[in-house]
Amino acid sequence: MGDWSSDQRAFKNVPWGKAMMWIFLVSDTFIFSIFLLSYMTVRSSTTVAWPHPSEVFALSFGGEPIPLILIAIMTFILITSSGTMVLAVNYGYRKDRFRTAVLLLATAAFGAAFVGMQAFEWTKLIVEEGVRPWTNPMGAAQFGSTFFMITGFHGFHVSIGVLFLIILARKVWRGDYDRGQRGFFTSRKGNYEIIETMGLYWHFVDLVWVFIFAFFYLW
Amino acid sequence: MAETDTHVEGQQHPLGIYFKIWAWLFVLSTCSYMVDYLHVQGYLRWTLIIIFMLAKAGLIVAVFMHMMWERLALLYAILTPPVLVLIFTALMSSESGYTFVTRTIFFATAS
Repeated sequence: MGDWSSDQRAFKNVPWGKAMMWIFLVSDTFIFSIFLLSYMTVRSSTTVAWPHPSEVFALSFGGEPIPLILIAIMTFILITSSGTMVLAVNYGYRKDRFRTAVLLLATAAFGAAFVGMQAFEWTKLIVEEGVRPWTNPMGAAQFGSTFFMITGFHGFHVSIGVLFLIILARKVWRGDYDRGQRGFFTSRKGNYEIIETMGLYWHFVDLVWVFIFAFFYLW
Repeated sequence: MAETDTHVEGQQHPLGIYFKIWAWLFVLSTCSYMVDYLHVQGYLRWTLIIIFMLAKAGLIVAVFMHMMWERLALLYAILTPPVLVLIFTALMSSESGYTFVTRTIFFATAS
């Protein structure tokens, strides 16, 4: 707690970019908390039966429908992408340009696959099952609005993450961070810390999915 | 904990721990999926879901986001505010319970 006393820098040895990313993530935590809280509130206050997520998100490959299988695959994809991201951070600090760029691109590819599957899931719900934000044939009308709001916002986060992963991979590939090239936006000398900051964002997106998976799909 | 680690060049750790945590995340995800697949119901279901969820979240924040190697000042500054969300959760939980009761009474008398 001495770090907080006067004439001290509160976050010693923490680069400003990382501290700012953490503060952004705290604010984002509140946004997602509020989404999940409003979901909890409407779900527990409605007198109409809530649709059974295990059945709604079931998918059959020619035979018996397997409950939640698409969501499970999406979860595994996101965890895999978290793993490649953490390796990218590590190889970045080792100045292994090639591996870092490849791992960043792999993370971006997994992220894109996740968004693609989410698009498929949305299409299936909207076109085939007639789920709308204001109504759905399975039960409580609030199901649609909370589902599209929460997963939509999360999918948007993943999409933005994919975009920035590709930008960073390009910069790593060119060797911007070896030469300390100045960023076009901040004009500060770039270095491999940005990969760690990016990693924080990406893991946060995975973290949010952990909560959405538990509360929305499993509950 | 935080005092011993004074990284000059960011967070660098042996790869082994990442692979271990990665494997654990897969195991925990499979576990929480099995809860649904095997139709575990009732209090056991909620308990298992919450345990697996918190374990996963904890591993991601502590290791993948390097929180266990950060200084305590950052750790407290970041992790304390979200805990307060629990109070909001309790408030909304009691509020929605009240809404449910009034709705039930209203719809019962209306019909």
